[in-house]
Amino acid sequence: MRACYSVFRLKLATGFQYRSAALAGIATQFFWGFIIIMVYQAFYSQPLADPPISLTQIVTYIWLQQAFLAFIALWFRDNELFQLITTGNIAYELCRPSGLYGLWYAKLLAQRLSSAVLRCFPILAVALLLPSPYRLTLPPDPATALLFLLVLILGLFILVAVSMLIYISTFITMSAAGSLLMFGVAGEFLAGMIVPVPLMPSWLQTIVYALPFRLAADFPFRVYSGHIPTDEALATIPIQLLWLAALVWIGRFAMGKALRRVVIQGG
Amino acid sequence: MRLFGKYLLILFKSQMQYRTSFWLLTFGQFFIPFSVFAGLYMLFDRFGQIQGWEFFEVALVFGVIHMAFAVSECLARGFDMFSTLIVNGDFDRLLVRPRSTVLQVLGSKFEFTRFGRLLQSLIVLIWALSKVEADWTLMKGVTLLFMIASGVMIFTGIFIVIATMCFWTVQGLEIGNILTDGGREMAQYPLNIYHKWITRFFTYVIPFGCVNYLPLQYILGRTEGSGVPYMLAPLAGCLFIVPCLLLWNFGVRRYRSTGS
Repeated sequence: MRACYSVFRLKLATGFQYRSAALAGIATQFFWGFIIIMVYQAFYSQPLADPPISLTQIVTYIWLQQAFLAFIALWFRDNELFQLITTGNIAYELCRPSGLYGLWYAKLLAQRLSSAVLRCFPILAVALLLPSPYRLTLPPDPATALLFLLVLILGLFILVAVSMLIYISTFITMSAAGSLLMFGVAGEFLAGMIVPVPLMPSWLQTIVYALPFRLAADFPFRVYSGHIPTDEALATIPIQLLWLAALVWIGRFAMGKALRRVVIQGG
Repeated sequence: MRLFGKYLLILFKSQMQYRTSFWLLTFGQFFIPFSVFAGLYMLFDRFGQIQGWEFFEVALVFGVIHMAFAVSECLARGFDMFSTLIVNGDFDRLLVRPRSTVLQVLGSKFEFTRFGRLLQSLIVLIWALSKVEADWTLMKGVTLLFMIASGVMIFTGIFIVIATMCFWTVQGLEIGNILTDGGREMAQYPLNIYHKWITRFFTYVIPFGCVNYLPLQYILGRTEGSGVPYMLAPLAGCLFIVPCLLLWNFGVRRYRSTGS
């Protein structure tokens, strides 16, 4: 546990070294957010019978998406880990006296956290001060805010567990690009990154609700805006925990399998 | 031109050396815009229309813009990756050769995996063309070709400008993504759904409006009076590349090697 913690601190410090990259990222995300919001504004400008989610809630959804991109983007990757596997340096990692799964999990978690901490505060701060149609509204009450934080963190744990599966798959395929791309595109779509989940057709929503991807992105954001009422949110938390346990278990199992017959590449 | 063909052949051969990875990436490139398009479809499924634009009209714009982006990403990849040339000091070698730098940088990289993206946009375009309500004439067909060509010119121009910045900053600028990726994302809807200032900026400064909004009105027969200015708008968009090339030449003259 202590080893994991120090890896975590190390990664956090490295992440803070790239401040100008973060700044450029923030500018891009702002522009992106504006464009998407304007598109939705245009869609909502016509008389609608009964929209499943209001424009204010969509705006909130989009700003949160931009602010916490590092928490929810599956394509966010650590090339170091891929290289470890493909170059054979994994041998060193195996010599370390701590569980590989926990160590990598801490690494990935730290990376996402450091990137998110750098980016989310400026974006949230500015988005809160924007003029009316673009403004990020505050959650309806403090309890919702707390709940949001809780489910967001849980969602982050789930997402890291999912991305661990991508890394583990590299043991078998040796080429990260393919599985990463497929996982990334499908996962993002199913997490509501391209179209918010309430706006999807109902057959797709059934699929989305059955999978864990939305628990990391769509679910916390809708809790924030109050689109998902508190009692429903509380009822979903056990599902989150269940998925987390299942994903970690699958990850550990697959990794154990992969490591038992691991081939050290290179010489 | 023959030299450029040679460059392409060599690059194609080198990329085909990693066949599985090549096909996987091409396949993946097909799916990225596909998921965006699926999202577009779902939104129209839900809302019906966007400020008077029907689904197939927007799909037409989507196809044109994504095709232009894919082609220019294939072509101008060398400019996109230009900062590596500067950082490694490899640009010096290009300067001593008796050919233009633009041609050499264009030929230094060519991303064949982007054909996946191209294919996807082609399918969308054909689908939209077969469904959109417009009476087709020869002139309209020509306008459509102009739109794609003009889009390619604009995206390539942006890539060149961003690469030119490297002469001063050495490192590549992530902020340029606003203009390339952001521009693509924005221009896949007809421009008039956005705010006035955005529309103006992307018509007069970076002429995306000349690619999508103005000629689209001509194709759909919504113009009043003569359609000729609307038809020629994409050609005006093509002119965007001229100042970009001038800026490039200016940058090349200012170039100081980073050494090796």
